[in-house]
Amino acid sequence: MAASIAIDGLQHHFGRGALRRHVLQDIQLRVAEGEIVLLTGPSGSGKTTLLTLIGGLRHGECGSLRVLDRELIGANDRQLTEARREHGYIFQAHNLHRSLTALQNVRMALEVRGRLSAAAMDQRAAVMLERVGLADHLHKTPDQLSGGQKQRVAVARALVHEPPLVLADEPTAALDSRSGRDVVNLMQQLARERGSTILLVTHDNRILDIADRVITMEDGRLREDGRAA
Amino acid sequence: MRLWTQLQRRTPLGWLQLKHDRGRLLVALAGIAFADVLMFTQLGFQASIYDSNTRFHRALNADIVLLSPKAQNLQNLSTFPRRRLFQAQDVPGVISGDGLYVHTLTWRNPDTRLDATVQMFGFDPDAQLFRLPEVNRQQQQLKLADTVLFDRGARGPYQGTIAALSKGQTLTTESERRTLRIQGLYSLGASFGSDGTLMASDITFLRQFPKRQAGSLSLGLLRLEPSANPDLVAEQLRRHLANDVRVLTREGYIAFEQAYWRRASPVGVIFGMGTVMAFVVGVVIVYQVLSTDVAAHLAEYATFRAMGYRTRFLLVVIFEEALVLASLGFIPGFILPLGIYALASKATFLPIAMTAERALKVFVLTLMMCSASGAVATRRLQAADPAELF
Repeated sequence: MAASIAIDGLQHHFGRGALRRHVLQDIQLRVAEGEIVLLTGPSGSGKTTLLTLIGGLRHGECGSLRVLDRELIGANDRQLTEARREHGYIFQAHNLHRSLTALQNVRMALEVRGRLSAAAMDQRAAVMLERVGLADHLHKTPDQLSGGQKQRVAVARALVHEPPLVLADEPTAALDSRSGRDVVNLMQQLARERGSTILLVTHDNRILDIADRVITMEDGRLREDGRAA
Repeated sequence: MRLWTQLQRRTPLGWLQLKHDRGRLLVALAGIAFADVLMFTQLGFQASIYDSNTRFHRALNADIVLLSPKAQNLQNLSTFPRRRLFQAQDVPGVISGDGLYVHTLTWRNPDTRLDATVQMFGFDPDAQLFRLPEVNRQQQQLKLADTVLFDRGARGPYQGTIAALSKGQTLTTESERRTLRIQGLYSLGASFGSDGTLMASDITFLRQFPKRQAGSLSLGLLRLEPSANPDLVAEQLRRHLANDVRVLTREGYIAFEQAYWRRASPVGVIFGMGTVMAFVVGVVIVYQVLSTDVAAHLAEYATFRAMGYRTRFLLVVIFEEALVLASLGFIPGFILPLGIYALASKATFLPIAMTAERALKVFVLTLMMCSASGAVATRRLQAADPAELF
């Protein structure tokens, strides 16, 4: 099976000189297409750093980091930007734009790719918002929506362009358990339909069951826990 | 065409962002309007200096003007020999020529009975030297000795005088121990160089200033055949006449006066500097607003970057905001000066009015002002790094 993510001997440091700190040590990781992988571990273990490297938000130092058949180590800013367009990224906070309606926020994920007409983009964004149960809230701005609704808009934004890879950084951290559960179920359901790969960083034990595989990170190293149910 | 389709599918993010935060938008618009009002005021005053000082020149009924090479401006004309005026009429294309005497006169203000300074013009009442219908209508009356016409636009406490003359009354006043009879009014207007003007016959003028000689003119006014080219005739006159006289076309004479005020008086420079200061104030205000706006949206911008938007997209958003602010701020910035101009021209008797040229100039300056602020504000975008923020 083709690998969505293939990492070999990846290292990463923060700081310079005497303050230089090893945050990622010799990472090996392979995530197959369509797989749902959870990455857990204590704070400061390097989970988010690994996620931002895979997401092309950060320049990698050495080793090999292939994401969707693109080598990201040594890629320039432009290539990283191109790579990001292939991902759906969900943050801990919803990070919706306050001045835009739910529909406009979701549309922004289509606009960056520059293929569809304005009408087609609105259409697709609306369909996506209906899928996440927000059909009645298309034209509300984020401050008119609840926390769970906002995170569902963020999920819609991350998935509307049908990305082959979805990256999520503690998407349930700011939500109560029911909304958190809803959001994760939604992600799982939509990803399954499209065969998208999901890599999800979380502290939240309640959602471990959605994963095909759980990986734990400690002090910059990966430890495989085996497959979940 | 491609750009247009791109614009159509683009979410107008900058505009939506500005619209969302009404308070910030109002502050920015007030700042821009303030800077625009300042610029309009400064540029208006600057233009009025040049306009007010050439109103006399533009009222002259002449195609070519002769004056002394020592002339500096309307207040310091010096004189040249009247013979040159007669010689000029030998040149083909010249129909007629008349002399004009100009001198500064200290007279007693008929209202206050205090000394005041005005400028007196003396000319032959049978010749039409001015394109001022009121002067042309009344100039026959100047044939009476010591009779003058007075400028309605004069600056100073002349309200009573003007009111009385408007009712058709005749006033008398004194100047250098002679009695002058004020017979009527005309409109020319005060300038930076003189508070007001009087029209008199050449006879009256020479009696008022016994040291001035009839053979020494301040200005010579030539009228040409309609088909003649003033530039060519002026060139022929320069060759024909001795070099104790300067030959200028009508436009050349206006430019000559403007050049003097530009060179010799600091007022133009002062108003120019005022304009620059207003521009700088505008840049600072708009920069404050835009950079606060960038700081407030850093997380959102970082998210857009994480979604694959380039830095260029964010730059465009900031410049879009700058252009929207410039355009909206210009509206009150254009309307308010109309009132200020009306008040100022009433208070100073200087001609200050809005011109399309100045409006365009200030609009372009506003665009530059906002773009400059936007350019500085974009430096804050570097902080919008998704890897650092999340």
